[in-house]
Amino acid sequence: MSRPAAGRRGGDARLGVNPITCRAHGLCAELLPELIGLDEWGYPILAASPVPPQLLEMARDAVAACPTLALRLSGAR
Amino acid sequence: MSQQVLWYISRGTGMVSLLLLSTTMVLGALTGGRFAHASWPRFTVSGLHRSMSLVGLGFVGAHVATAVIDSYAGIGWLDVLVPFTSVYRPLWLGLGAIAFDLVVALVATSLMRPRIDPRGWRIVHWAAYACWPLAVAHGLGAGPADARLTWVLAVNAGCVLAVVVAVTWRATASHPDTVARGGGGW
Ligand code: SF4
Repeated sequence: MSRPAAGRRGGDARLGVNPITCRAHGLCAELLPELIGLDEWGYPILAASPVPPQLLEMARDAVAACPTLALRLSGAR
Repeated sequence: MSQQVLWYISRGTGMVSLLLLSTTMVLGALTGGRFAHASWPRFTVSGLHRSMSLVGLGFVGAHVATAVIDSYAGIGWLDVLVPFTSVYRPLWLGLGAIAFDLVVALVATSLMRPRIDPRGWRIVHWAAYACWPLAVAHGLGAGPADARLTWVLAVNAGCVLAVVVAVTWRATASHPDTVARGGGGW
């Protein structure tokens, strides 16, 4: 999974959500509306595209803020 | 004289700890119930919950340390961690010792959250509902002279009211996720 060279450009970083542990707290959508929306029940809908480098920091914040640790960022360095 | 100062600091930081821990409880219940408002987004509520708990632990630490360093009541370091061993008001200090152990466990597991089993974290986090009442009882019982003061009682009553209202709201708040999980998953 870790490809540092690509990760540095941010091209590889992707958000993922664990649907079992996600309890629809919706913090992630508040912190990263650029990439995360909420469905009608409050569960996140993630953008299919990779996380652009300029949003990486905010994506990390959203991951850290999730009360259930359901949101993950993979492939980012 | 300096000893008196320590004793006063201990009582003062104890009161501030009550306010901070109660605020943490309210914010935690709001987070668990998924409270959200346009001017109070969820990351504000949960962010404040996290920072208040850390400031609270700081004041609890100062409260405990000054109580031990001050020799007036003869409280030892072990009495702080092991309940009911103190010679000074063993019952009420014991409740405080349990509450202290729980606060440390709550904060430690939260800081290690990404590295431990989330279920373990959740179980420990439920202990907050045992920790907070113990802390309130400790405050009222360990400082009987202070607890007779009207304003101290008023602060305690305010904290209890705020936490009871927030927890009741959380317990009754309906959310698609709680419904989908049969009401059992806060
Ligand atoms: S913050 Fe976490 S629990 Fe809340 S919607 Fe996002 S992924 Fe789910």
